Amino acid sequence: MKRDSFLPLVGVVGLIVVWYIAVWVRIVDPVLLPSPQASFAALVKGMGGKLGFDFFKTVERTFYATAIAAVIAIPLGVFLGASEKLYRSVEFVIDFFRSTPASAMFPLFLVLFGVGNWTKILVAAFGAALVILFNVAYGVMNARKTRLLAAKVMGASRLRVLTDVMLLESLPQTFVGLRNGVSLALVIVVVAEMFIGSVDGLGHRVFEAQQLFDMPDMYAAIFAAGALGYGLNLLFLLIEKRFVHWSGK
Amino acid sequence: MKVVPVSRPAGAPVSLKGAEPPAHITIRGLSKQFNGAVVYDKFDLDIPRGKFVSVFGPNGCGKSTLINMIAGLIPIDAGEILFAGKTLSQIKFGYVFQNYREALFPWLRSIDNIEYPLKHMNLPKAERRAKVERLVAHLGVKIDLQRYPYELSGGQQQLISIMRALVVEPEVLFLDEPFSALDYEMTLFMRQQLQRIFAETGTTMVLVSHDLEEAVYLADRILLLSRRPARVADYPWNEAPRPRTDATLSEAGFVQLKAHCLEVFQREVRKG
Repeated sequence: MKRDSFLPLVGVVGLIVVWYIAVWVRIVDPVLLPSPQASFAALVKGMGGKLGFDFFKTVERTFYATAIAAVIAIPLGVFLGASEKLYRSVEFVIDFFRSTPASAMFPLFLVLFGVGNWTKILVAAFGAALVILFNVAYGVMNARKTRLLAAKVMGASRLRVLTDVMLLESLPQTFVGLRNGVSLALVIVVVAEMFIGSVDGLGHRVFEAQQLFDMPDMYAAIFAAGALGYGLNLLFLLIEKRFVHWSGK
Repeated sequence: MKVVPVSRPAGAPVSLKGAEPPAHITIRGLSKQFNGAVVYDKFDLDIPRGKFVSVFGPNGCGKSTLINMIAGLIPIDAGEILFAGKTLSQIKFGYVFQNYREALFPWLRSIDNIEYPLKHMNLPKAERRAKVERLVAHLGVKIDLQRYPYELSGGQQQLISIMRALVVEPEVLFLDEPFSALDYEMTLFMRQQLQRIFAETGTTMVLVSHDLEEAVYLADRILLLSRRPARVADYPWNEAPRPRTDATLSEAGFVQLKAHCLEVFQREVRKG
């Protein structure tokens, strides 16, 4: 059992070994593929300086985007999900924009909101909101009929059925939405940081390192972005485990 | 085909023959259709006060529909259902669902699940707790009520939902196949528990069952329904003394009554 918890490390070690061999036998031009230790050194050094600042900016934007999306999408999702007819009437619109790559919306948002910091946040919020909305509405609609009946039979009013049962029933699905939403928000923020007249953020750092051909820095930024995405997902899983202890049971 | 209008197990006392207990639930002219299929058509029934009535009948004849209509979970098309002259909204009642996993609230601890219906009765918190604790003590339940439902066994969960239904001190308790998701050992145990609760509370109970032995064993009176549209095929009494035990199952009166119910059931099934 105890040894099994080291299993995930096998893949990590394997990747680093393959990387070393690739550098050692020069499969790839050393300019394009620096050694693992050079990249790691750039990561450690960068996180104490410019990269750390960019990391923080991306976290900040992703946080705002997700928060805005959640504040709008959760109540709206509950409202739409509480009446299946209402949801069915707007489902196509939601699904359509949910399927539209948010990057295709950049130019529109640029025109609407200019090139500032908030444009990036709002585009990401737009994408995340639709994912969260969709999940919350389905969570509410799929609330166990028996549980709703049980509450009704015990004398709960329609409002109490909503607050006591539907909202809690939808929580597991809401967290699925939040997890997907934050991942999507991060993707959109990083892409936005690359293209829209940016001066900071992980996207900007990757892009700048590539322009300057500073490969260790670029790999460092990519790893920082990966760690951020993984960490956000893990964070939401932990929050979910804490607050939605009944999920999947 | 032998037709038995009202039957009694041989040898059982016939004390009720002269004095029928007063009706608690009266159903008159009940009609219900589902997508054009007539499930009930001008259906009349009396359910006696303080007695245990089991509902048994062919698949899809509307056993659960009947108690769901009485409990107000399904609207009726026509007719009248009264509880000693009062309507459903004027009385307190409890309902135990077949699927306890989907009927309990997994986000609440067991004790809060039991307390939940009291929240809709505008009682202060202390009084609600006191009521729950009285019920727990009264029934002598030995379950750790601080646990969440999903941490308990199936039987324990169903016991929690029965207690949740009982905590409001209902006039009537409806049970829709409450033990059909449990294994046999647990079912036997739960039958004893339910019988004990019935003896202790004297609540009028209406049980839907698809297990004839269970239906007869628990009941004072067995409502045997026909195929759709459902009629009362027979409504015999079971006057075996309580508490009933495993020995009851092999007594001549019980065996005979069960055989009679099976015969009525088979006759109704073959009609379809």
